[in-house]
Amino acid sequence: MAGSGRRPEHRGPPELFYDEAEARKYTQNSRVVEIQSQMSERAVELLGLPEDRPCLLLDVGCGSGLSGDYISEEGHYWIGMDISPAMLDVAVEREVEGDLLLADVGHGIPFRPGMFDGCISISAVQWLCNADKKSHSPPKRLYRFFSTLYTALARGSRAVLQLYPENSEQLELITAQAMRAGFTGGMVVDYPNSAKAKKFFLCLFVGTSGTLPKGLGTECASEEPHQAKFTNERTRFRNVKGKSVKKSRDWILEKKERRRRQGKEVRADTKYTGRKRRPHF
Amino acid sequence: MKLLTHNLLSSHVPGLRPGGGFPLRIELGHPSELPPEPVPNYEGDEEFLRRLHHVLLEVEVLEGALQCPDSGRRFPISKGVPNMLLTEDEA
Repeated sequence: MAGSGRRPEHRGPPELFYDEAEARKYTQNSRVVEIQSQMSERAVELLGLPEDRPCLLLDVGCGSGLSGDYISEEGHYWIGMDISPAMLDVAVEREVEGDLLLADVGHGIPFRPGMFDGCISISAVQWLCNADKKSHSPPKRLYRFFSTLYTALARGSRAVLQLYPENSEQLELITAQAMRAGFTGGMVVDYPNSAKAKKFFLCLFVGTSGTLPKGLGTECASEEPHQAKFTNERTRFRNVKGKSVKKSRDWILEKKERRRRQGKEVRADTKYTGRKRRPHF
Repeated sequence: MKLLTHNLLSSHVPGLRPGGGFPLRIELGHPSELPPEPVPNYEGDEEFLRRLHHVLLEVEVLEGALQCPDSGRRFPISKGVPNMLLTEDEA
């Protein structure tokens, strides 16, 4: 692929990068097809769609329809949006099942409210972070994208966006605009320890704050480093530092355990440990 | 573009009143074979029903345009793909 190792977004806007030659090369490259198919499969899995019926999905940055093909295989219907006419021409040629729109998602999602049961995007959203025209403001474009996407999705549905963030600032910018638009959710990272296999899926919920799915290839123990949880809950009653509230029974038991480890003499733990005493006490 | 997709589309030009971008009017190169309104007793009208079935389930708009009801802004359709790109002034 053109300029492997460098980021394509730095070479210009996507509609110019994905010209006719690149569109054809991209779609015929078996490695690309394989990876796109795998990521589409994972994205659809993360959508958590009901198992018994076909759904209508939006495919953002559908390109030549590689991800759309997977959606059709699973028995769902889809409408795709892409900014590159050349990529869409290839999709038309390949006679993909979904309907296609030539559009810039930074301008908004042109659908009536609540139309889609879900949204996926494979390797597209990072293109919104680069200002290709003088008039572009990436945060504004990202916000317009996320707010109109939020409207177009049905209550209780999800958007799963696989992307290649350039750095953590970009990741923060994207997630911040998504949260501003009303989404809850967070980032799911598959194979965080492998430079090659690592994949980022931004998992966004509409209306409900569901539990974030676990990333693949992670040990069950530590979830915190991989997932940033964003919810609308107030955190007042949850101890943010991860320690027990002082003087509670848990805290007392932990302290006794700590002192035992230090080798000090500690009373045994019984049912009376940390028991609420009469106020008179 | 299938008619189902047309049912879901709405103009996303900023500044329209809520619901003002829907429904987009389909402009075809040739006149439609359907009358503008359903005739009375349309259930019995074989010819009408046949044409209706055709339009709903067998027609894909390949060339034409979609027109916003409020602003009149047209989105052209080419090879079955509507062009929803906005100009820099509109966005």
